[in-house]
Amino acid sequence: MHSQNITLLAQQLRNKEFSSVELTQYYLEQIKQHDASLNSFITLTEERALDLARQADIRIQNGENNPLIGIPIAHKDLFCTENTLTTCASKILHNFVPPYESTVTQRMLESGTVMLGKTNMDEFAMGSSNENSYFGAVKNPWNLNAVPGGSSGGSAAAVSANLAVAATGTDTGGSIRQPASFCGITGLKPTYGRVSRFGMIAFASSLDQAGPMARSAEDCAHIMNSIAGFDDKDSTSSETKTEDYTAQLNLPLTGLKIGLPKEYFGEALDPEVAKVTLDAAKEFEKLGATLVDISLPNLNLSIPSYYVIAPSEASSNLSRFDGVRFGYRCEDPKDLLDMYMRSRSEGFGAEVQKRIMVGTYALSEGYYDAYYLKAQKIRRLIKQDFVNALTEVDVIMGPVAPTTAFNLNSKTQDPVAMYLEDIYTLSANLAGIPAMSIPSGFIDKMPVGLQIMGNYFAEAKLLNIAHQFQQHTDWHTQTPSLTEGA
Amino acid sequence: MNWEIVIGLEIHAQLSTKSKLFSGAAVGFGAEPNTQTALVDLGMPGSLPVLNKEALRMAVMFGLAVNADIGMKSVFARKNYFYPDLPKGYQTSQMDDPIVGVGHLDITLEDGSTKRVGITRAHLEEDAGKSLHEDFHGMTGIDLNRSSTPLLEIVSEPDIRSAKEAVAYVKTIHSIVTYLGICDGNMAEGSMRCDVNISLRPKGQQEYGTRTEIKNVNSFRFIEKAIHTEVERQADILEDGGKITQETRLYDPEKNETRSMRSKEDANDYRYFPCPDLLPVELTQGYVDSIKATLPELPAQKTQRFMNDYQLSEYDASVLSSSREMANYFETVTAEAKNAKLSANWVMGELSKFLNQNQMDVSQSPVSAENLGLLLLRIEDNTINGKTAKDVFQSMWNEEGTADEIIENKGLKQVTDTKAIEEMIQSVLDANPSQVEQYRVSEPDKQKKMNGFFIGQIMKASQGKANPSLVNPILAKLLKD
Repeated sequence: MHSQNITLLAQQLRNKEFSSVELTQYYLEQIKQHDASLNSFITLTEERALDLARQADIRIQNGENNPLIGIPIAHKDLFCTENTLTTCASKILHNFVPPYESTVTQRMLESGTVMLGKTNMDEFAMGSSNENSYFGAVKNPWNLNAVPGGSSGGSAAAVSANLAVAATGTDTGGSIRQPASFCGITGLKPTYGRVSRFGMIAFASSLDQAGPMARSAEDCAHIMNSIAGFDDKDSTSSETKTEDYTAQLNLPLTGLKIGLPKEYFGEALDPEVAKVTLDAAKEFEKLGATLVDISLPNLNLSIPSYYVIAPSEASSNLSRFDGVRFGYRCEDPKDLLDMYMRSRSEGFGAEVQKRIMVGTYALSEGYYDAYYLKAQKIRRLIKQDFVNALTEVDVIMGPVAPTTAFNLNSKTQDPVAMYLEDIYTLSANLAGIPAMSIPSGFIDKMPVGLQIMGNYFAEAKLLNIAHQFQQHTDWHTQTPSLTEGA
Repeated sequence: MNWEIVIGLEIHAQLSTKSKLFSGAAVGFGAEPNTQTALVDLGMPGSLPVLNKEALRMAVMFGLAVNADIGMKSVFARKNYFYPDLPKGYQTSQMDDPIVGVGHLDITLEDGSTKRVGITRAHLEEDAGKSLHEDFHGMTGIDLNRSSTPLLEIVSEPDIRSAKEAVAYVKTIHSIVTYLGICDGNMAEGSMRCDVNISLRPKGQQEYGTRTEIKNVNSFRFIEKAIHTEVERQADILEDGGKITQETRLYDPEKNETRSMRSKEDANDYRYFPCPDLLPVELTQGYVDSIKATLPELPAQKTQRFMNDYQLSEYDASVLSSSREMANYFETVTAEAKNAKLSANWVMGELSKFLNQNQMDVSQSPVSAENLGLLLLRIEDNTINGKTAKDVFQSMWNEEGTADEIIENKGLKQVTDTKAIEEMIQSVLDANPSQVEQYRVSEPDKQKKMNGFFIGQIMKASQGKANPSLVNPILAKLLKD
């Protein structure tokens, strides 16, 4: 078995302990053995992967030193990949082969990574359990009866089960952090605008952000070095300079001020998760940090605000899926309206349709002010809460989700309970700040993530904090046993 | 009843950028379907818009040219509706915060009077594609070449009170955008399209009547005709005690009628909201000032200058400045001929007549401005008279040579030798003794009329070469004798 440690793998590749082709073959084999039960991949790109691995071996031989060269990874199936099926886990895109490459996958390609395939997800990234996929639910490698979280559940499960060294995810309201937490891996949602959205099939444009999902903070840093940075193809991408995200990993945490918002430890939070979270926070005290009680008073408004803004944008973003140019078109439409209605009714899953309707309603004449504009005002309040808090403390810590991974089908009938899953993660998206989930303990053999939120463009600092924690704990190195059925 | 017509116009001017409003794809007319499209113009999943800065600059130029407030922070919004040639399912436009705010311009009417028309706003938006219904065996083809072509939608206040004013307004906008070089103004190819909002109200009433909107009226002539037709239709309904339905109508130039396209009830709820893929556009004063510094002389300024420098009437000055090419032509003629009034008369008269007859633009004239100027010089130095000059012009138009060559070759030089003219007049009088007799016994009124007869005979005899200013006094003298 190979380690999921990019620095180590890069060394081993250069020491000729194995080639990228061998490493890639190993991972393809792992996927074939274990993914039938996990369902974490929608598309496997075996031939292309081996081809990329061969190219990587040449680059390594030529002395190129980017540690990502030859590393087998997976991409969430909402990044457009040229000539490779990109479905967004939707029937409406079940046959969509993009003619172009997203910026994230392009940069990863240029960095020399080897794409093994495209990972399963909640349809159009809408969901917190990965049960909303046209290609079936993804299972949690720690317990096949539990969900992996969503929407980047396929990426999380694949990394957790070591079916890929690392993966990309996207996070609109917690879609990197919550599945990272549920599957016991490390995930980073960067500052909005840090990573280009070009070629990411949009869910909610003002909230969507791509980021790395890996075993460790260090691996996330390697991937950030590849994908972060301005892109002139995305008008919302930031021109703020990037950093070497691995350079600060080893800085000491002495004097670090960590804020613990009281609202994150309220009634909604499972007491055991609260305990694990506080224990993890205390671990930082040993590393020289101080804990400060803070308040983010508008936390409870994040759900209503998010569930107006995100569906509003989605209702518009998903209008292009109309059966006219690509994707699914219904059989024998009798006229244009029939084609629109049936293509969309038959092509979109229930959750997506629900959100399109909510968003359409919120933007309608007569409701716009009461819903969309109000939600935007709340968004500004939430942002202000973070700006205020982050003048007092360096970072904010709290739980990622109220519970550990719940059982499949346990919340599908209760949308409000499902939406409450995101209560601790939504506000980072609304504010646009970076946030991470790192493994911080287990409850009944299920992983628990700790959330670390920081100031705008403080990714290097978050990774430093996470890395220091991971130097002193081994939660992140725990891997699920795949012998039982998986 | 005496109705007052209230008209407001929305003009879509296609900006002459090389590439599209939100992509690098080329803008062009008549290319093979779907060959001028980038990812975002196709509504490709994951594609993102990037604003064309040139389009922004052009919109600011227009704003400055119509004395408007420039939107220092403008916001793109999505206008959501489903249509097969609208690939994203929304049009990216501007709603609450347009790039150009309130402004105004002055139009000159045929009687020489001017009128100020308010500009409500002008905003940037992308065009849709085209649905093609022919050649697809009952199916519809979609051509997305036009998708995301930059448009500036210019909205006027309902300040216009007649079809003539409407046409004058559109012509003024046309000349401003072509002067600025931000739109080619080609209405036949759809580079400028007009929507006309019309309502009637009893004269003296403050409140506006219910309006209808006539979509896509695409020539000056059709604007005038469509307005007349629609005004008549509305007046008929109102005079019969009926009510106008607020609706969108189409003008059919073949039948010269407007017909209902969709009523207000059928109207879409466009669910406008700020486009999250584009940040608000924030301008600095320095940017606006730098654009202001590059503005060319505009039609209104040029009109004023022509009035001041050349002592032209306001109407002549405004006609001559209606296009940059026409104005340049006129000024070149004047520089050669050293006589602005004569130049103006010729450019607006003979030249325009020939251009119109041949449906040509001044830039296509076979007679260059320099050569026309040289022709006019020959009138002024009495080499030829005005009537002969028209014949020379005809020959110049037919590319038979310069004025001097034609005058020389055809022997059209005016006779200015007094003695020769006197002899020729005498021979004409000798050939018409009875008329001479009759003239001498007639009243002054009758004499005046008969004078014309003699002049005609003299000109005929001289083949038009006799200088009229010499003929008249000599004729008068000889008739007296």
